[in-house]
Amino acid sequence: MRVMAQVAMVMNLDKCIGCHTCSVTCKQTWTNREGTEYAWFNNVETRPGQGYPRGHEDQDRWKGGWKLKHGRLVPRAGGRARRLARLFANPELPSLDDYYQPWTYDYENLTSAPLGDDVPTARPRSLVDGRPTDVTWGPNWDDDLGGGPDVLAADPVLRKMNDRVRLEYEQAFMFYLPRICEHCLNPSCVAVCPSGAIYKRIEDGIVLVDQDRCRGWRMCVSGCPYKKVYFNHQTGKAEKCTFCYPRVEAGAPTVCSETCVGRLRYLGVMLYDADRVGEAASVPDEHDLYEAQLGCFLDPDDPDVARAAEESGIPHDWITAARRSPVHALINRYRVALPLHPEYRTMPMVWYVPPLSPVVDAVTAGGHDGEDPANLFGAIDSLRIPLEYLAHLFTAGDTAPVEAALCRLAAMRAHMRRINLGEEHDPEIARAVGLDERAIEEMYRLLALAKYEERYVIPTTYNGTVPDDVAGTGCSLDGDGGPGMYPSDVEGFHVPPQREPVAAAEFSGPGDPGGRDELKGRVNLLNWNGRGRPRGLFPRRSEENGL
Amino acid sequence: MTHLDIALWGALPYIVLVVLVAGSAWRYRYDRFGFTTRSSQIHESRLLRVGGPLFHYALLFVIGGHVTGLLVPEMVTDRLDVSENSYHDVALIMGGSAGVAAVAGLAILLYRRLRVPAVRRATSGTDRAVYPLLAAAMLGGLVATASSLANPYDYRLGVSVWFRSLFDLDPDVAAMAHAPFVYRLHALLGMAMFMLWPFSRLVHALTAPVWYLARPYVVYRSRAVPYRHPAARPGDTRPTGAGRTPR
Repeated sequence: MRVMAQVAMVMNLDKCIGCHTCSVTCKQTWTNREGTEYAWFNNVETRPGQGYPRGHEDQDRWKGGWKLKHGRLVPRAGGRARRLARLFANPELPSLDDYYQPWTYDYENLTSAPLGDDVPTARPRSLVDGRPTDVTWGPNWDDDLGGGPDVLAADPVLRKMNDRVRLEYEQAFMFYLPRICEHCLNPSCVAVCPSGAIYKRIEDGIVLVDQDRCRGWRMCVSGCPYKKVYFNHQTGKAEKCTFCYPRVEAGAPTVCSETCVGRLRYLGVMLYDADRVGEAASVPDEHDLYEAQLGCFLDPDDPDVARAAEESGIPHDWITAARRSPVHALINRYRVALPLHPEYRTMPMVWYVPPLSPVVDAVTAGGHDGEDPANLFGAIDSLRIPLEYLAHLFTAGDTAPVEAALCRLAAMRAHMRRINLGEEHDPEIARAVGLDERAIEEMYRLLALAKYEERYVIPTTYNGTVPDDVAGTGCSLDGDGGPGMYPSDVEGFHVPPQREPVAAAEFSGPGDPGGRDELKGRVNLLNWNGRGRPRGLFPRRSEENGL
Repeated sequence: MTHLDIALWGALPYIVLVVLVAGSAWRYRYDRFGFTTRSSQIHESRLLRVGGPLFHYALLFVIGGHVTGLLVPEMVTDRLDVSENSYHDVALIMGGSAGVAAVAGLAILLYRRLRVPAVRRATSGTDRAVYPLLAAAMLGGLVATASSLANPYDYRLGVSVWFRSLFDLDPDVAAMAHAPFVYRLHALLGMAMFMLWPFSRLVHALTAPVWYLARPYVVYRSRAVPYRHPAARPGDTRPTGAGRTPR
């Protein structure tokens, strides 16, 4: 057993209202630059729909993820030699049209157009080549089923369900699917990178691109089945969702989680056995992949696991955080969260609580009581279209786990309704879905009421290094474990330990743009942590200089 | 043998070598972020999928031809009972077809670069120097190859002797000075290209990812190993990045 830790996410799709706040704040934080205009590390797509980039789930076309070849895992687009042979042009690379051609508007024309009979307009201009352009597709073109049945028909998941689905367009069910990088346990983008620039961090499992090592071979872009690695066409480097690692390292949630108005995202630590990942990702039957991945996760309450984790070098507060992890609870304890497209065999680590609302809506629309457990259980079973669609998203087409998760959610609604209406408890409701009343109430608390610190359980400053200047300027008891423990600096994220000398060097260095000699040797107070008396805080007295 | 000959064929090659090696080392140290293919495939894929592989694969053949032509002395092939004539015919056919393919590939790439607006816009300043130089050098080489049909010149007794003598630090300037003009032009253009190499997108060739063949698929790295930028001053630490911990 080789225990590793991963910061993972669960999103509760029942609560997503498709407001795109997560996408916007993510974009403002990470990709509002030239070269990444088209890139959305976080995007929200309406399902059914083509998604972004268009039809990204069609792996016959994009060849993302892994495949089994004689029982062994190989990247779907081919092994090492095949990848190298395709180095000079990646045949599976999506073009900008598959995402969308980014554009802006010629706003200047609104104020600078000559006086005339017509109201001046701001014509769209391409952000790539600057020429006037027609806007024909965007990052959310089919939001809320926009574009009609023609657009919908190109949804790869719908196509898998084939002729049984007839889209009665006005009555079509829909829900929103926010997507970020999955930070997989078995990442195929890492596997296909010829330069070895993409890596999975041992400490927290976050998958990152080393910008100094990336050479722009673009294999990762097509290798990722979720199409969550983007090519920056200005720098010629691959970029991807970073899981907001500077925030997570400091114990703060990712920007998309922080700003989610529906509070539907959960962050927490998962412990898993790295030795089991390869085996689990290569089970022959795709339907077994969900269970196989569950089998990789370890129970942090198990003393053997805790001991093995400590031996693997996982800090103690990570193990305690794993016990309180809402993600672990939703995935393992209540089993209501499911992985997105396990059939890609990448072992994704952003999981989803499937939406019950399409079912409830359908029951209510039929004139029945959508909250009645009998109606709801029956409807989950009989409403095959949403069920199969969800199964193709979350369990490689196996409806049983989706049905079980939805039934647990339905049981929770029924149970809590009885409590709220002061009716008699019926322990049978909970028992029917394999839970007890206490568990169902805890699950309700987590899904409906959980506060910030219950939704985001992220251990802080886990590298455990004591800042260098503590010995010199601070109290010795301010160190780790002392009564005046060095405060974890959440707001400043990572104040580099050697701030003072660096700050002093800023002014004394020859690179001082102003060349202001009177500032030489002074400390930058913005960087001063307020303790001790850094050299250069006060100007040296002339007698000290011996003048 | 004029002073110009000595400067061009006796001194310049060493200057080029120093610029190439020192320039690449400098760039690797201070601008590792700039080591990239600067691919434009995201803007245009159809032409690139033909032109890119055609150009690069043909170029690999051309480089192989240069290595054998320049480094293998005529003595060796003589001893292997390969006559100058048959060697020449093989070189002409293989080198010529590889050269034509490479030029055709470059033509497609150049057409694409000029005619596709997004690609044209993604062209950098050094690209404007690289492409004409590359095209001229390759056309020069093709002309040199073709000219051997009309008036045979055994470059293995001229250019190659000069090239090998460079490594003895005793350049045989005369051997090169007496080569036909087109060979001298080709060599000059080649040297100009190597001078430009470290400072342009051509550096991507230096980081050909051959190690991929011997690497485990999934790369793990630890955050705990402090990362130092190669150009960092002593005491300057960066909070992110790490040394690679493969398993």
